[in-house]
Amino acid sequence: MRKNVCGLIYAGEENLNLRELVNQRSVGALPVGGRYRAIDFILSNMVNSGIRNIGVIPRRNYQSMMDHLGSGKEWDLNRKDGGLIIIPPYDTNENYGAHQGTIDTLQGAAPFLRRAPQKYCLLASSCSVYTETYDKMFEFHMETGADITLMYSVQENASATLDRFADVRFKTDEDGRVVDMKTHGTAGTYDKVSLGIYLIKKDLLQYLLDDAASRGKYNIDTDIIMNHLDTLKIYAYEHKGYVGQLRSVASYFSTNMDLLKRDVQEDLFGSGTKVYTKIKDEAPTRYGKDAVVKNSLIGSGCIIEGTVENSIIFRGVTIAKGTVVKDCIIMQASEVYANSQLTNVILDKKVTVRPNSVLAGSREYPVIIPKGANV
Amino acid sequence: MNVKKRCVAMLLAGGQGSRLYALTQNRAKPAVPYGGKYKIIDFPLSNCIHSGIDTVGVLTQYEPLELNAYIGNGATWDLDCMSGGAYVLPPYVKGKKGEWYSGTASAIYQNIHFIEQYDPEYILILSGDHIYTMDYEKMIDAHEKKGADATIAVMEVPMAEASRFGIMNTNEEMRIVEFEEKPPVPKNNLASMGIYVFTWSKLKEYLIADNQDPNSSNDFGKNIIPTMLDNGEKMYAYLFSGYWKDVGTIDSLWEANMDLLAEEPELDLRDDNWRIYGRNLVLPPHFIGNDATVKNSIVGDGCIVLGTVENSILFPNVKVEEGAFIKDSVVMQHTIVCKNSSVTRAIVDEDVTICEDAQIGGEGKITVVGSELTIPKGAEIKEGEMLYPRAK
Repeated sequence: MRKNVCGLIYAGEENLNLRELVNQRSVGALPVGGRYRAIDFILSNMVNSGIRNIGVIPRRNYQSMMDHLGSGKEWDLNRKDGGLIIIPPYDTNENYGAHQGTIDTLQGAAPFLRRAPQKYCLLASSCSVYTETYDKMFEFHMETGADITLMYSVQENASATLDRFADVRFKTDEDGRVVDMKTHGTAGTYDKVSLGIYLIKKDLLQYLLDDAASRGKYNIDTDIIMNHLDTLKIYAYEHKGYVGQLRSVASYFSTNMDLLKRDVQEDLFGSGTKVYTKIKDEAPTRYGKDAVVKNSLIGSGCIIEGTVENSIIFRGVTIAKGTVVKDCIIMQASEVYANSQLTNVILDKKVTVRPNSVLAGSREYPVIIPKGANV
Repeated sequence: MNVKKRCVAMLLAGGQGSRLYALTQNRAKPAVPYGGKYKIIDFPLSNCIHSGIDTVGVLTQYEPLELNAYIGNGATWDLDCMSGGAYVLPPYVKGKKGEWYSGTASAIYQNIHFIEQYDPEYILILSGDHIYTMDYEKMIDAHEKKGADATIAVMEVPMAEASRFGIMNTNEEMRIVEFEEKPPVPKNNLASMGIYVFTWSKLKEYLIADNQDPNSSNDFGKNIIPTMLDNGEKMYAYLFSGYWKDVGTIDSLWEANMDLLAEEPELDLRDDNWRIYGRNLVLPPHFIGNDATVKNSIVGDGCIVLGTVENSILFPNVKVEEGAFIKDSVVMQHTIVCKNSSVTRAIVDEDVTICEDAQIGGEGKITVVGSELTIPKGAEIKEGEMLYPRAK
């Protein structure tokens, strides 16, 4: 599929509930799983599917996204032909500050789409964590003769919880054609959840974006997909493996904790699946004589001398002696000094926790300490 | 014509490292893994880029495949720059006859044209045998300041061990007056580290003369250095202090790995200003299971530890299954240690499978398991045994 499909990722969804975690970064730059940024999964999926021309549209404070992606070398996307193209947010003299939603964001990608030699575009958001190649979805798209193919995963039809914040659910007929769709539905909704990825002819995408924008519409799902269920052939293809969502603090937390399950690890990283990310040339992690570590995922370059349980520890973190970290997410280069106790805490990057501190949240409402804070 | 360089480094990486036995059966010594991530050659190459040297010739000869593939264009060490780079220089056919590198000096002699492309003032000769961090620029500056023809890095070793090294006898200005290779009764304890800076124009003369001498064994230590001393060239010792370890034997390789587990390791792999670069595999973070125990150890990316690991070094992607026990050992990448097996005081090479209930090693001599071997279920490999990999 490499020759005929380009990728387009919007990494700055704004209808999410991620609080302080996205104060200083796009959703796509959100650290996940001890090593990655959210966008690494979708970007690696595309690369593993043979897609070599990928545009990424960040939003807001996109310095951290730029810093992460660089030339695209780590994803093998520093190509002479195509490769990684970062598309800056769309602000021109004509539409200064007019941004209302994803469609406005995608307007900025018009030149990328115009120039891409590929016939199809795989349009994706960056707030889902899963690994998959899109070859079978592409075959399905060709077989069904669909105008647009979405990917979904079946998730139980639970009542609205914080985990399900702003998800998009739909119903299909027996051929896989989407017949109804709801977003953030609370009652009597469906069990097929969109992964926010759309396979579509490039020309049709451009037309639909222009058309929607000219009518003052700004949301892909509610304004384009839902409005065209009758007029376009919109099909859905199932992803059968694990999917984690990053739509709210609660789902961010539970997605990270899911990565402690062996079957989820196997699903995401097993059988040679490669998830690429920025290389940091860290030394391997060092455990001290008194370290006690249980059920935890730990990045490189850490120094662990205390106790760590059921936690995700990113690269270059220090956990000092006598400190107990339970059910926590500790992002890159944070340091927790001696004899502290952390439970259900998210430490953003480069946080320092002084000795003898006690921080505790709950699973639904973890304590979030923002980037660089000195607690 | 390339840009003129102040200094070009030539890294002698053709050595077999025969005293590493099974570990160097299918790879050259500089490609031997170390420290849970690195290869020996990562140290001199990282030192080069941090010392402002961006042009490095890597001289290979013995089992070059792994090393050639590893070095590539030098991007791992940030050496893939426009005006320099890392160049693998194997022996090659010239005119009608081919010639192997008969000694360290011959390896440099045969690549004179490579060096000349950069018209360097100085040439830095390194070996791929040692674990250390060192700022070569300071040594080159010292060489330049003294107007030396040759500068040899030395370090103080315990007097009792001095007879195992090449010893430099110096005057009070650190000028070398005598060089003794492994003297039975050493006069001092300044041991050569095998790191030389030469003024290129001077070295070139000696290399050409040495090549014409049929009785020479074309070696820096045996021929070039003694001849230069005899001729009264200005040769200085440059005193280095810090961690430096020759990892030429099984015991010293094991010890050098264990040195990293000291309370305050002498070798700092976490210095942000002197990062040791090495190949990074695409792997997830490592996972420590619910019933696992990990104490005083180093663990690489992608490892899955469900058993017990104590005082050991695990390279990337090692799997330690439930009930498995690893102590005082070095386990290299992609190795699987199955349920209820044990590994004690051993070096286990890459891609080994240790099946259930097998026991490797004991409390005495170091045991070595060569790469890609499968140790059958319940097998017992006694302490001090050396299992060779299949020759390729």
